[in-house]
Amino acid sequence: MIRLIDVHKEYDNGTKALKGINLRIEDGEFVFLVGPSGSGKSTIIKLLTAEIVASQGRVIVNGYNLNNIRRWQIPHMRRTLGIIFQDFRLIEKKTVQGNLEFAMRTVGASGREMRKRIPYVLDLVGLDDKADAYPNEMSGGEQQRVAIARALVNNPRMIIADEPTGNLDPRRSLEIMTLLERINAMGTTMLVVTHERDLVNRFSKRVVAIKDGEMIRDGQGGYYRA
Amino acid sequence: MRRLNLGYFIKEGFSSIFSHGLMSFAAVCMIVACLIIMGSFSLLAVNVDEMLSQLEEENEFLAFIDEDYTDDQIRALMEQVRQIDNVDPDTVTFVSREQAKRDYLRGHESEGLYVNMPDEVLRDRLSIHVLDLERFSETVEAVKALPGVANHRAASEVAEGFVAVRNAVTALAYVLIGILAAVSLFIISNTTRLAAFSRREEIAIMKMCGATDGFVRWPFIVEGLILGIMGALVAFFLQWAVYAGVCKALVGGGAVSFFALMDFKAMWKGVLGVFLTSGSIIGALGSGFAIRKFLQV
Repeated sequence: MIRLIDVHKEYDNGTKALKGINLRIEDGEFVFLVGPSGSGKSTIIKLLTAEIVASQGRVIVNGYNLNNIRRWQIPHMRRTLGIIFQDFRLIEKKTVQGNLEFAMRTVGASGREMRKRIPYVLDLVGLDDKADAYPNEMSGGEQQRVAIARALVNNPRMIIADEPTGNLDPRRSLEIMTLLERINAMGTTMLVVTHERDLVNRFSKRVVAIKDGEMIRDGQGGYYRA
Repeated sequence: MRRLNLGYFIKEGFSSIFSHGLMSFAAVCMIVACLIIMGSFSLLAVNVDEMLSQLEEENEFLAFIDEDYTDDQIRALMEQVRQIDNVDPDTVTFVSREQAKRDYLRGHESEGLYVNMPDEVLRDRLSIHVLDLERFSETVEAVKALPGVANHRAASEVAEGFVAVRNAVTALAYVLIGILAAVSLFIISNTTRLAAFSRREEIAIMKMCGATDGFVRWPFIVEGLILGIMGALVAFFLQWAVYAGVCKALVGGGAVSFFALMDFKAMWKGVLGVFLTSGSIIGALGSGFAIRKFLQV
């Protein structure tokens, strides 16, 4: 669950990135966060992942109040999230299996847990035959699937996808979005940041639009105009 | 720390050393150089200290006894001297004027001039050794103040000179150890910083997956520890060779005929212990400091 209550963010250089954002996302929801470049989307993601702190207002993520979260609590909060990036951010020198093991080891998973969980997640994203492949041997779509698998492997309550289809062609983008929808249907909350209008309009989901740091729309399904 | 993680940290630490081979080699070389310089000065300080201990053992002063004192009074005076703080009680010895003359003549055998010197020329005296050379003057003053002590002869300046040399060498050794430890820390920090910089993407991913600061930091600390231990071991064997070579050269050249230099075999455990401890601390601390900046994700 995410709650942003009258959130403002002003950077040290004086840029006002967010101006009084109010947002509530319940468990199990699928939400598109849309807006043009520089609208404040990335700032919201950084607030939700505790990379930065709000200048004003309250930010609550999966029960953690990020306004006064202790430094040692941040890793535990992040374990409730799975994060997907536009540029995949896979470790090139590790295989697909290695990348997933890396993510699981980070949270202290045992070898037994890894052997059980990784094949399941790879099967879920359709890469069960690619465990031993290296990222640079794979297509962009496949790499993004690995990134999704990595986000899922620690069984998070919520996935935050930051422009997950930004580097993909329309067909691969549709496949990835369909995969995210499937994962959401299994109970994982999904927040997808994107500026791809066609894709958003194709899926009938809740769309939150921001512009110049202010929320300009929050509605279920329907038409989104960039 | 879980066993699984410990194995992972060690594996990652070693792997990082080899993936930045040149920088790791440079770091080990710097640790070796610093430890050898540090070790050489420490060994010099140890030897100077040992020489001073030898001198201290031989260090004595004389208290001349009042001419009118009887044997009983002299015995009482000796007892009083033994009670003085910093006087080695077992070494307080009475030397009669006859014995003093014989001792004097033994040192001047070639000078026939003194053979007929009457015994009365010299005085009865007490030979006294001090325990701590640094408190030589105050001990002499305390003995001098005793009734029955007519005069004294003490080379206070020489004793104080030895103490000053020892203090200077010790202070220099401490200063050098401090400076070289700081240099080593800086070099290790830079090595770790480089390693962390090349892995900043991995670190960011780890942090986003929910890794704790400790989980990210430990492989780098292990890397620093391994580099520190490697440097300490290489430095130890080089130090041994350097020390043996210097001793051979000094003894062969007759430069240290007055004093026996300490044998490295008698000190190797201490040297190895100090090198390993210093190397490990420098390695671990240097890495720990360097990685802090990269944890701010």
